[in-house]
Amino acid sequence: MDAARKISEQPASWTFRARQAIDRQLPMDHLLPTRQPYYVGSWVYVFGVVTIAALVWVVVSGVVLTFMGPQWWHDSSVGRFLNSLHFWSVQLFFIFMVLHLWGQYFMAGWRHGRAATWAIGVVIFGVSILTAFTGYLSQQNFDSQFIAVNAKDAMNGAGIGAFFNVLNFGQMYGLHIMLLPIGVTFLVVLHIVMVRARGVVKPIDPEGVVQP
Amino acid sequence: MKAMGATQEEYYRGVRMVPYDLIKELVLALAGVGILAVAVSAILSSPDVAPVTIAAWAQADPVDFVTTATGELAGSTTTAGYGNPYNTNSSGQAWGPIAPQQWFGTRIPIDTANTFVIEPLQRAVTGSPDLGTGLDAWQKANSDQRGKWTDAYTGALANATVKDGKVTVPDGDYGPLPVMMSNLLGIAQTGGLDGLLMVNGRFYQTDYTPALLFMGDGSYLSGQAEQWNLLGDQWGMMNETGRYPGQTWLWLYTMWYQVPPFTSDTGFFGLNSSNADLGIIILMTLLTVALALVPLIPILRDIPRWVPIHRLIWRRYYSPHARRTAG
Repeated sequence: MDAARKISEQPASWTFRARQAIDRQLPMDHLLPTRQPYYVGSWVYVFGVVTIAALVWVVVSGVVLTFMGPQWWHDSSVGRFLNSLHFWSVQLFFIFMVLHLWGQYFMAGWRHGRAATWAIGVVIFGVSILTAFTGYLSQQNFDSQFIAVNAKDAMNGAGIGAFFNVLNFGQMYGLHIMLLPIGVTFLVVLHIVMVRARGVVKPIDPEGVVQP
Repeated sequence: MKAMGATQEEYYRGVRMVPYDLIKELVLALAGVGILAVAVSAILSSPDVAPVTIAAWAQADPVDFVTTATGELAGSTTTAGYGNPYNTNSSGQAWGPIAPQQWFGTRIPIDTANTFVIEPLQRAVTGSPDLGTGLDAWQKANSDQRGKWTDAYTGALANATVKDGKVTVPDGDYGPLPVMMSNLLGIAQTGGLDGLLMVNGRFYQTDYTPALLFMGDGSYLSGQAEQWNLLGDQWGMMNETGRYPGQTWLWLYTMWYQVPPFTSDTGFFGLNSSNADLGIIILMTLLTVALALVPLIPILRDIPRWVPIHRLIWRRYYSPHARRTAG
């Protein structure tokens, strides 16, 4: 058994190297820290975690709505409530995300090798907007109907409408409940891993610079 | 100070560390946000204004419905002259050599006369000899004759009267149009056209493109939208029906539609109201890329150092007492 383990843990093993890299870049005491710098004491730091919390509620309510089907949120009071929970969770998600973004901007959170973390955050913001947009198109109410008619011109004018047809409920609904949420979730996990791997950025040095 | 490439241990060397419970913070955040979301949902509910149907349109404003349908036959509606991806009747939006609307071609072909009027009537022709004769006359007529009929009928619709949901126009030479339009109106008022515009030769369908384009060509849908402040010049893309918040995060995108050069006929640097959609999408793409690249852009990346908001956020760090004890 020991001999077999030694063979499988040779430096030539891809698995062994991957484990070494993970151990080096993201050890458990970085992923789940029990200590943090004393200056992490502002409410600004809360905006990140409450954004994640709102996303969890968006996904949970969305999974229930998806399971029950598109008619349910119009025809039953429970469905209507879940639809409301989804709607308001999305609103909270965006409020917290924007506050988090502005907070990180004024903290110059991209310093000391964190530029990619910032850039991924901006991509999350963009993909989230697209996800919410397809959600508004999937509501099956008057708002979604007119948004589709109105927004088609922007999509068509930019050539996007040839592939992304906002008048096609099936396409918008499929993107909204499957591909785009997977994209947002993957990017958020990546963003969190990058934050945990680097740790919280230090305060701006009065004499220093804020370059990456 | 250690920067890029440093391990956390090196990066935080000399910094006073305090106890922290990440899992507890996450659980409390989940609970707090959940309670807030449930409370707001229970108190305020969510928007669910019923969508407009073609039947409702045909019943509420039969003259607008018939005028729109006649326009689809004449090729004078927005969709008829749209260009790609629906047809080639317009060159579409372009900014100099940038013309993506042309590049990708007619991927969602819509012939407004056939899709919105002729084909639905052909499917409904059974049991109506007059309609069959009328459709036959329309098909056999040349384009000049059709144009004369649609011009005359469109002009007459300005003086149309409505009685019991039926549209009557002054006498004139309209060819088969009165019988075609009265049948189409009747089908629409019973809800039949809502279904006929979804027919695709297969049982299942989820694509509402023809029905929404047809409704968008009329003035009834936009009239309803105006009441809810959903039109483009009302910042409509970020609004919602009722008092509910819409996609407020689209405020910057929506703002460009309210200001020059995107509201101007003459415009600036080739950008104007006729290619506003393309110009605004390009502009927002560039701004989004710039936001992602802020760490690399001088001045933008320096503003946080100049604006002392960070001193409020890290006031514990900047207090003389903390610096002494941390050192």
